[in-house]
Amino acid sequence: MFESKAGILYIAGIGFFVLAFVSNALVPALMYNDLPEQTVEELINSNLRYQFEDLARRYPDSFKEAYGESPGGEAEHDAWWNEKCAEALRYGRKLYVGEGCWHCHSQFVRPVSNEEQRWGPVSRSAEYQNELQRPVMFGTRRVGPDLSREGGRRSNDWHTVHFFRPLDLSEGSPMPEYPWFFDGSPDKPNARGLAIITYVQWLGSWQESYPYYEDYVPSRERPEEEEDAEADNEDAAAEDDA
Amino acid sequence: MSEALNEAVTTSHEEVKSSEELVDQTLVKLYFCTALTFLTVAMLAGLLMAFQLIRHNPLRGIELFSPGRWRMVHTNAIAYGFLANGFIGALHWIVPRLTLQPVFSKKLSWLIYAAWQGVVGATAVGILLGEAQGLEWGETPVWVDPFAQLGLGLLALNFMPPIARMKGPIYVTLWYFMAMFVWTFLTYAMGNFVPEYFVTGTSAGAVGGLFIHDLVGLFVTPLGWGMMYYFVPILLKKPIWSHGLSLVGFWGLAFFYPLQGIHHFLYTPIPMFLQYGAVVSTIAVELVVTTVIVNFFGTLWGSGSAVKTNLPIRWFYTGMIFYFLTCLQCAFQVTLTFQKIIHFTDWVVGHAHMVMFGVFTMWIMGMMTYLFPRLLNRGWYSLKACEWHYWLSTIGIAVMSADLFLLGLFQGWSWAALEPWDASVEISYPFWILRTIAGLSMFAGLLVFLWNLLKTWTSVPEQTAVADVSNAATA
Repeated sequence: MFESKAGILYIAGIGFFVLAFVSNALVPALMYNDLPEQTVEELINSNLRYQFEDLARRYPDSFKEAYGESPGGEAEHDAWWNEKCAEALRYGRKLYVGEGCWHCHSQFVRPVSNEEQRWGPVSRSAEYQNELQRPVMFGTRRVGPDLSREGGRRSNDWHTVHFFRPLDLSEGSPMPEYPWFFDGSPDKPNARGLAIITYVQWLGSWQESYPYYEDYVPSRERPEEEEDAEADNEDAAAEDDA
Repeated sequence: MSEALNEAVTTSHEEVKSSEELVDQTLVKLYFCTALTFLTVAMLAGLLMAFQLIRHNPLRGIELFSPGRWRMVHTNAIAYGFLANGFIGALHWIVPRLTLQPVFSKKLSWLIYAAWQGVVGATAVGILLGEAQGLEWGETPVWVDPFAQLGLGLLALNFMPPIARMKGPIYVTLWYFMAMFVWTFLTYAMGNFVPEYFVTGTSAGAVGGLFIHDLVGLFVTPLGWGMMYYFVPILLKKPIWSHGLSLVGFWGLAFFYPLQGIHHFLYTPIPMFLQYGAVVSTIAVELVVTTVIVNFFGTLWGSGSAVKTNLPIRWFYTGMIFYFLTCLQCAFQVTLTFQKIIHFTDWVVGHAHMVMFGVFTMWIMGMMTYLFPRLLNRGWYSLKACEWHYWLSTIGIAVMSADLFLLGLFQGWSWAALEPWDASVEISYPFWILRTIAGLSMFAGLLVFLWNLLKTWTSVPEQTAVADVSNAATA
């Protein structure tokens, strides 16, 4: 058996491989079978919408060129933003993969090495049960920081400048420049720039609380600095999460 | 000499076809040259990334030279362009000689060659245009995957019939090759399709870990060891020391290796009991590896001076020492204690380089050093250049690995101590600079080899027997 062709072919070749596949791949797949896989549309939350609309406010020309303009009317308005935000997320993830970002930035926080203090809450399975983690973006190397809690930590302006020329903001950073995300200058992100920033701002935006989180501010109608509205929105955000 | 021995070892039949009838030598040469071309591309890509890390990338800000994309070209060109082509060339040399049967179809061989270069070329173009798939070591764009899968199927179809036609027990090398044809096909299918289309999130991570691991363990490793079991007895002119240990080595690897994939994602949300399983089987395989190493050093026992005089043997045994070190390192770094510190750091990068360059590239280089004079029917143009190739490569990889292991520890401790992120980048620079120098040394070794090969190729063929590189240093 140990030196026969059949033994090698069926036991070593197929048998042991199947054994490993069942125990190491099928078991977790069945264990998480009851966690539904979320679509991109289901992933959009108020924190992310805030960032996405903030992009439109900061770079109106670029945004209009990439996504057009929102139609009037309250209901269509909301649906339109969600639709464009989903589009940006999908495209942003494609860029994140295509540019190899995931080879230098991980997307999981471990329960060891003080990572909880540095990055935020330890990663849970449910966070990865969605369309944008197909294949999963855990990553295996951190040349730069983990990004799974990055959303909202820094402003969109910071990200545009950083993508354009990382050294201007992070002294000594070995991160490459991405001028092709822009039309010549950091204040003119193109469709790619807007999408990748939306994706980065999504990472961790589902967390219920975040130390540096900017609260969701609805577009247009909100008067500046009105505390009542802010409180209402926090309630709304809490409901969304629940 | 060694040809005669080879036939003596493998032949019990009356009529023996000559090696010219059995082996398509033009194809072997073509595979080797293609492999070397991709190795050159891969090393240039690696150098680009190395210069980016030390902030001296001369091509920065150019989309098509984006270091992130070239980093993926680097690994994919190594796996599918260099290692796969080098190994398939070796298969075309070894399998017909061991089985005394030609491959299933010579036309199919050429079709596979062309198709495989199409796959590798399309992968490179796809990655450079930003079409990569989000799967480590499997960044081949999704539209290339079915073709690669088909190519691997055809490869098995071409090489399995000569093995199947053999009567009686088959030699160790063929155990590894036979199993490899099945494993590689299944591994590629699992890794490229399951996490993309069937499972998501954490379970996709488990499959991705299996894929990264099996690609090395069930594709590259069995090819490499199969080659060693074939070439080492021929070069040393004696049989493998212990057949029993050969059995232990093969079956131990076959059982334990596929069970370890999840050790690439320890401390992720993948269930802990699966992580423990991966850790235990990783430590187990180190014991198996030890038996294989003992077996090969047992074979070398009494012929130790061959390491000095016989260059291919020196390449092979240097690779084995690196293999043992890598696996020993595995047994430690896989523990949760080590993982806390070294995961995500350059330690792992050092580990990957020690395996891919220190072991498998060395073995392929040793094989090429041995086979090119036979394929071209003339001795090496410069034996001194062969020596330079060896020493530049060996010193380069030793320095690079040691440098990255040490750096990995410093990075890990810096992170655990909650120093500002920039501090961990700051301490990395001197190490990254040394790594670049080590990489340049390895690349220089390759250039010397290419120059030597070109000179050899264009020199006048010898009428007498092939100058034996086995006695290189004494000449």
